[in-house]
Amino acid sequence: MEVALFIPCYIDQLYPQVAMATVEVLERRGCKVVFPEDQTCCGQPMANSGFQEEARPLAEKFLRVFEKYEHVVAPSGSCVSMVRNHYPALIGDRADSMRGRVYELCEFLHDVLKAPARGRFAQKVGFHRSCHGLRELRLGSGSERFVPSQDKVRALLVGIEGLELCETARPDECCGFGGTFAIDEAAISSRMGRDRIGEHEKNAVSLITGTDTSCLMHLEGLLRRDNKPIRVLHVAELIAQAEAA
Amino acid sequence: MNEHAQNATVFLRDEARSAWHDNAVWWVRQKRDRAQHSVPEWEELRSLAQRIKAHALSRLADYLEEFERNARALGAHVHWARNADEHNRIVHGILRDHGVQRLVKSKSMLTEECHLNPYLIERGIEVVDTDLGERIVQLLREPPSHIVMPAIHLKKEDIGELFHVQLGTPKGVSDPKALTEAARHHLRSKFLAAQAGLTGVNFAIAETGGLVVCTNEGNADLGVALPPLHIACMGVEKIVPRQQDLGVFLRLLARSATGQSITTYSAHFHGPRPGGELHIVIVDHGRSKLLARSEFRRSLSCIRCGACLNTCPVYRRSGGHSYGVTVPGPIGSVLAPSIDAEKHAALPFASSLCGSCTDVCPVRIDLHHQLLAWRGEIAAQGLLPPDKSIGARVGRIVLSHTWLYRMVGSLARFALRVLPRGILYSRLNAWGLSRELPVPPAKSFRAQWRARGKP
Repeated sequence: MEVALFIPCYIDQLYPQVAMATVEVLERRGCKVVFPEDQTCCGQPMANSGFQEEARPLAEKFLRVFEKYEHVVAPSGSCVSMVRNHYPALIGDRADSMRGRVYELCEFLHDVLKAPARGRFAQKVGFHRSCHGLRELRLGSGSERFVPSQDKVRALLVGIEGLELCETARPDECCGFGGTFAIDEAAISSRMGRDRIGEHEKNAVSLITGTDTSCLMHLEGLLRRDNKPIRVLHVAELIAQAEAA
Repeated sequence: MNEHAQNATVFLRDEARSAWHDNAVWWVRQKRDRAQHSVPEWEELRSLAQRIKAHALSRLADYLEEFERNARALGAHVHWARNADEHNRIVHGILRDHGVQRLVKSKSMLTEECHLNPYLIERGIEVVDTDLGERIVQLLREPPSHIVMPAIHLKKEDIGELFHVQLGTPKGVSDPKALTEAARHHLRSKFLAAQAGLTGVNFAIAETGGLVVCTNEGNADLGVALPPLHIACMGVEKIVPRQQDLGVFLRLLARSATGQSITTYSAHFHGPRPGGELHIVIVDHGRSKLLARSEFRRSLSCIRCGACLNTCPVYRRSGGHSYGVTVPGPIGSVLAPSIDAEKHAALPFASSLCGSCTDVCPVRIDLHHQLLAWRGEIAAQGLLPPDKSIGARVGRIVLSHTWLYRMVGSLARFALRVLPRGILYSRLNAWGLSRELPVPPAKSFRAQWRARGKP
């Protein structure tokens, strides 16, 4: 199966190891991975700041770059949600053809490839559920709704030998990243992140994993500032390391 | 820094107290979760409530007129107010005509929104809020910080001190039972002396002309049972078409608000009591403007349960007063810009867009999408600081050209590596105030991909 990689701009520039791990995980499952090099950014930073007019050309660019691929996969729930749920407000019906073809990585592994993770990763890992993956892509059922319990990411990771995936008391509270929110409301944002870290510390985890590098970047920034020993690891890296072991 | 961010920063300075506030409000969210899990058809109820409200709003004028006819037939007087000012004048006029000097009020966010209390007090009327939380903030001369729990920002010790000064309780007493008993005695004398009672309205039933008022303290009931004059103030959106619709909303309201299966008192008023008068004041105050906007219309379905406040990680950590409006939290940040977009331009940005509000909302208002829509509206009206629009334009230009994006990316990574810490972490870097910046890799992913020898 051919898979076109959609690598969010900040992952491309700042966290290339997350993109590389995504490639490894997909190739290990027999996918032919391609990376359309003309891609840049989905436009979410502009759209979430209210500047739809500035985001629209980027949505159009995204369509031009990816329209010829059947399966577009990104290691980010938030950027996928932008394309799937918010492009219609920017470019109308033209978004329809793309909406069903763009997948968050775990969603793709779980729903399309049906290929859960294997291997060994013997550590206590805190599980951070990023909001857009959870509530906009429904990667999990979420604590707010009264619906049958499901969790695609956990289901994907459950077969990894030795992995102890720890839940926090508030299972899906936001970490406070929120894009420009992290800057506009820096005090609240940081406090939200420190509260999340505090919950993970209670579980004595050595790592925090999640589907979105943006949340992890924020948590990592706080962990490093506070000289905490906990590290962050994107779920693609966790799977790649487990399967290479 | 915008006003909400400034207020939030101040609120968070007292770390212990803001953590206490976060936990106190989260506790209510957890109670709500437990109550919800006692109703297997919860999600269906939400959908039903959403559809009933959408229907009612789709023919609001008809239902309002039907309500007016039926309420009049039951013997009530019905008044129409276009805005807060008309509302206040009408209420004052009714009180003046009846020679009322002393008024007791149950909780009404609408009258808070209209600033009725100061209006009446300036005109020589004693106004006593009889909901315990409302009375506490009234004695403190503060606005409520939550729409269901007006004094949730206060600790029992704060209230003990307030009651010691205002109601003469012994100094140092902070036992909730003793304080409630003191408030009860204090309020009892106010109830007995009142010449009129004012209530809000939770639901107005078009087919009967009746009203439902929900309280946990019975203060609405007592407040209108003793004096002969009852004034009920409602926003135009409080209409439900049929009596039987209450079976949906009353089940959702209390569970969403406080985790109770039902509010302690759900009082139904069908016309005035024998020998009394009932005046219903129906207020627009910006609501028909929202109704006219398809993207914001659903916010008028709100039943003011407060669940979106309780779940909001921003509300819990910034406190209700940080929003500077009567209705704070996600729903308040959607409603406020419709009254004055310029004044409240920061509120739709006081959210991480986590979407928890949308998922707790008992009437399925897509709150976080409406916050996003308001951001667009506020930017389009030119109400954001110029650095924001310049930043967005530069971002668009850079990201539209792949070569430029690559070049700027390389430069940014280079700068992150070589610039001295004093420059990287200057005061202009809001990210860096309490967080480290990412450690930049030498090569971007796309450079590494090429090096891998693939096309």
